[in-house]
Amino acid sequence: MIHYLIKRLLMMLPLLLGITLITFFIMQLAPGKPTDLVTDLNPKMSSEARDRLVQLYGLDQPWHIRYVQWLKRVMLLDFGDSFRDGRPVMKKISERLPATLLLNILSLILIFTIALAIGIFSAVKKDSLFDKISTFFVYVGFSVPTFWVALLLMIGLGLKGGFLPISGLRSINYGNFSAWEKIWDIAKHLVLPVSVMALTGLAALARYSRSAMLEVIRQDYVRTARAKGLCERDVILKHAFRNALLPIVTLLGLMLPELIGGSFIFETIFAYPGMGRLGYDAIMARDYPVLMGIGTIVALLTLLGNLLADVLYALCDPRIRYQ
Amino acid sequence: MISIYLHKMIRNKLCLLGAILILFLTLIAMLAPWIAPAHYADQNLIERLSPPSVRHWLGTDDLGRDVLSRMLWGTRVSLVVAFVAVGISTLFGTIVGLISGYFGRWVDSVLMRFVDILLCFPIFFLILMVIAFLEPNIVNVMIVIGITSWTGLARLVRGETLSLRERDFILAARALGAGNARVLFVHLLPNVAAPIVVSATLGVGGAILTESALSFLGLGVQPPDPSWGNMLAAGKDYIYFAWWLSVFPGLAILTTVMAFNLLGEGLRDALDPRS
Repeated sequence: MIHYLIKRLLMMLPLLLGITLITFFIMQLAPGKPTDLVTDLNPKMSSEARDRLVQLYGLDQPWHIRYVQWLKRVMLLDFGDSFRDGRPVMKKISERLPATLLLNILSLILIFTIALAIGIFSAVKKDSLFDKISTFFVYVGFSVPTFWVALLLMIGLGLKGGFLPISGLRSINYGNFSAWEKIWDIAKHLVLPVSVMALTGLAALARYSRSAMLEVIRQDYVRTARAKGLCERDVILKHAFRNALLPIVTLLGLMLPELIGGSFIFETIFAYPGMGRLGYDAIMARDYPVLMGIGTIVALLTLLGNLLADVLYALCDPRIRYQ
Repeated sequence: MISIYLHKMIRNKLCLLGAILILFLTLIAMLAPWIAPAHYADQNLIERLSPPSVRHWLGTDDLGRDVLSRMLWGTRVSLVVAFVAVGISTLFGTIVGLISGYFGRWVDSVLMRFVDILLCFPIFFLILMVIAFLEPNIVNVMIVIGITSWTGLARLVRGETLSLRERDFILAARALGAGNARVLFVHLLPNVAAPIVVSATLGVGGAILTESALSFLGLGVQPPDPSWGNMLAAGKDYIYFAWWLSVFPGLAILTTVMAFNLLGEGLRDALDPRS
């Protein structure tokens, strides 16, 4: 296992390199230079000053040379400084990363608990009323534009009902709260973003686990388990579900990029102080160093998530042993 | 052969419903200029933000434009964007998948590593970045959605091709002197057509969702051109007192995406030899 992990971690390097190369290349597609925002709007800017600024950011070099320079600095964990406010990119990202991780991990937990429950239950009670209703809702969840659901929920539960805060992560008077009130406050702020973010993944996983369970329930070993007199609960949870889990775990790896991609939309809608919002703002301001940093971190997170999925795969299935 | 598939699809009521809805939407898209009560850009500032009524079935927006008319024109934009984007991604995915699966060896390794890279990248971040750096307009949106969403299909087609190329009919074709291009496009392609059709149909729904999300964030179809996504974006500022601006375009997206998903899954079941 240790060997396998080391091998997998090493295999991540070329992938990371490829991702950063593509991201870097895309930024070169943009017409003009990021310094244009400052120089073109300033009538007092002389052409010498403009050249100096371009030189300061190294923008006079061809892009592949700049990429190598960037790579060298990243090896030392230095992502450079933001074009926008001159603060180190690492610092800007590390301020925002915990909030995004919190959002994504909570969504994942929500997705897995609810979707698996729905999937198992509707497979066991196939064609029941519950199965039909849940299949309908899963279909809607699959096809609905989630940002629209976010809007409707913000109106229904936030503005009109006043039950939940609709933006940010903390109330204005957060500083005056006691420890418990602080946790309660953050929890309230998380309800809407987490549930909206979980929606698509939930629908996908519920469907997937239902069909995986249906497939397994028909197998002979499930019949054997019943025949030897095990109670239905054990048959379903210990014999059937454990086997249905395999294809489900594979889905985890595919869901991560989707989920993190969703952060860019939902953090913007909910004014959530996370990395997705930072990324959206950086895109709008053409803040290249920040974008490169976020691209790298996001890719790293996804790769680690995939690795986790593979390890879980081995834990679920004793037949799989990585060499 | 085709009549068997058609028969299977018609028996599947949900699939039929999806097909009818899509036909209906396509008609709307084609006939929008003639059936819409007004032009999508006609303003009437006296009647701004009026709720649904006999005169304006779905109300008017902040510039007094008829919401129903804008939605009918928007159908056109959403469907065209989605169709072109899916066309591009299907072309890319099919060709990459066929070549990768058929030639194998280093060609396969290079192409599949590239696919791996794209698959572990949050595509939406990529799309946002490219669109923002180029210029947000309909053409760029179509191209960018198209060239970022072919990876899944490429893998699917590659897998099918891998197993097909060992079969006797391919060997026979080669023995008769067929070149690589002929084997790929005349003998292999028809045999991987079924999964391609299914994935393209399901892809249209996905492309509509991506386009509307982009337009919602202001990086897709630009006003005054109507798209369901940018209508939602414009409506969100008035959502507290003009619900109709946010409800109807959202429902339109939901219905359309659902129609394509229903049809896609019906197709999958009909084309599956096991069923």
